[in-house]
Amino acid sequence: MLEVISMCKRAVDLGLTIAIIALLAPLASADTRHLQPPQDFRVIDTPNDGGGSLTLGWSILPVDGSSLRYQVLIAGSVDGPYQEVAAFPHDKHFRKGPKHPWWIRLATPNNHRFDLQSGKQVTFEDGTPYWVKLAIDNGMHSAETKPLSATPRPNLFNRAQSNNLLLLILFTVAVLFSIRRARKAPHRFLRRIGGLDAVEEAIGRATEMGKPILYLTGSASMDNPSTIAATVVLSEVAKKVSTYETGLIVPHRDPIVLAICQEITKEAYTQTGHPDAYTSEMNFYITDDQFSYTAAVQGIMLRERPAAIFLLGYYFAESLLLAETGHEAGAIQIAGTDADHQLPFFVIACDYTLMGEELYAASAYLSREPVMVGTLRAQDLGKAVLLGALILGVALSTAGEIFQTETFMYAVQVFYDFK
Amino acid sequence: MPTDGIPIDVLIGAWVATGLTLFIYTFLYRDNPLFKLGEHLYVGISVGYSIVITIYAVGVKLLWVPMTEEGQWQLLIPSLLGLMISARFFPRIAWLSRISFAFVVGFGSGTIIPRLISSNVLSQLEDTIRPLATMTASGLTYTINFLDPKSDINNLITLIGVLSVLFYFFFSVEHRGAGQAVARTGIVFLMIAFGAAFGYTVMSRMSLLIGRFDDLIIFSGAEYGRPTFVLLVLTIGVLVYWAYREKQTPQTTAEEKS
Repeated sequence: MLEVISMCKRAVDLGLTIAIIALLAPLASADTRHLQPPQDFRVIDTPNDGGGSLTLGWSILPVDGSSLRYQVLIAGSVDGPYQEVAAFPHDKHFRKGPKHPWWIRLATPNNHRFDLQSGKQVTFEDGTPYWVKLAIDNGMHSAETKPLSATPRPNLFNRAQSNNLLLLILFTVAVLFSIRRARKAPHRFLRRIGGLDAVEEAIGRATEMGKPILYLTGSASMDNPSTIAATVVLSEVAKKVSTYETGLIVPHRDPIVLAICQEITKEAYTQTGHPDAYTSEMNFYITDDQFSYTAAVQGIMLRERPAAIFLLGYYFAESLLLAETGHEAGAIQIAGTDADHQLPFFVIACDYTLMGEELYAASAYLSREPVMVGTLRAQDLGKAVLLGALILGVALSTAGEIFQTETFMYAVQVFYDFK
Repeated sequence: MPTDGIPIDVLIGAWVATGLTLFIYTFLYRDNPLFKLGEHLYVGISVGYSIVITIYAVGVKLLWVPMTEEGQWQLLIPSLLGLMISARFFPRIAWLSRISFAFVVGFGSGTIIPRLISSNVLSQLEDTIRPLATMTASGLTYTINFLDPKSDINNLITLIGVLSVLFYFFFSVEHRGAGQAVARTGIVFLMIAFGAAFGYTVMSRMSLLIGRFDDLIIFSGAEYGRPTFVLLVLTIGVLVYWAYREKQTPQTTAEEKS
């Protein structure tokens, strides 16, 4: 009897299994029927880039689901062989969010976008055409688009950074305008900067003590704005030093900075009518290695015992070593850098510190030359614009959050950084 | 002396590294001949090394090989600009170097300005422009969580900090009255930032110090011949002898020297 019941159960189970398979079979065939590759798949040379990249785009598929995956296949010719260079699930690589500014958004959001760049998987050669296919796979079935061709090329202009150019033009106009105004009225107000008032004091102290002045222009090359500022201040210091006939020691890490500083120092001595007091040995090269340069300058500080030390320009980890040794040597120290990580060391170990932009202001403050004073006032104008932009941007951003709208982002994005 | 197993070059390296480390550390006592030896070796070796690297990496790899093997003769232009810098050694044609310097400064400024606007202006603005309140399902809320950098209170603190520090760096406006209060707030923010940076950097310097001590401890092993102990004793001995000799020798004044 039990055997009969067991047989009946097995028969019922079998019947149920067959029924389920029969029910699911049409669904499976329907899935195959609907697994079509994206019809609007397109491949273009990535716009606004430096070359070596292609951009793939396509709309969301009606069958996008948890199991669907995309594969990107690439070949050097239409016939292949095609090589898989990327694979990702259906919910990745959407063209949305603030990554691209509104002025270069190529299509509506929520489409797929994939940037294929030169790397380990594939190396693009600019100017060479490549063939790209997109394959879709849901675990059971797969399909491919027709191969499309595109040629990666570098672009001359990155339109995503148009706001950068706009700011550059605005600042340039402001600088030119301010210089023109400063030429008409050269004695415009500049607030006192403590560290700069001490320059005269430091040179006077060195003269009285009959000891030299040690001037460092930092560790960066001439392409760094703080090095340029340091060389300009050197010119003013050299003028004063030449007048008082005080010794000047300027050791260097960078040969180009050395050569420029030699010119600047010579020019300063000539301008003050003391060309004979100038010697090219005032500026000398040590080495471009960071810590051996530091060790050598430390040695100079302890052997020459300068009365005043200027540490202007860009510094790295050597800042505290130099400032500490200068303090140990008993010199009056004036530091100035825009390297924010090194500023704390100068603040604690030096008598006066020019922080960040004060270094740039130094040259204008010391020389009172119309071009520099005008530039400084233009910088203030630029800062005022940025201050206004910050207040306006935060207000618009908050309003956007309150009213749950992206409309205000059109204005806010103008102040965003896009690569 | 050393046991088997350590190659001779590693052994020499260990003794040289230990010796030079100790010589440089003698600076903590004061300037002395051992420090001078370490310093001059350091400077000389670094200059020699960088010259060789420059000749190979620039002269051979970037200039000679591309020109002779790939026919990139346009590289003569930058090499000519480089040679013009050397014109400084000849007074009659020294003016030629100015062309190269003008190119270096002009090119440097031109390439760095857009990057500075990007990183120092736009990136900072982007990170500061944040909504000061958050809209949630239950309505407008104000999140006060100091540990979350994106909370509304931290957004407000960032805004106040940036505005006040920016105002501090105005040079054509005198810091008086309300302006003085804003500038002082800016200074407070700057000092807090400096304090944090100082602590962070000191910690990283400590790791460098630990690195040197780690080497000294490793090289104190018998397998290296205990260079740390041997050279430490020698260094102290030389310093004591040098200090004794200094005391015995009458000091020459600057006037006497001249």
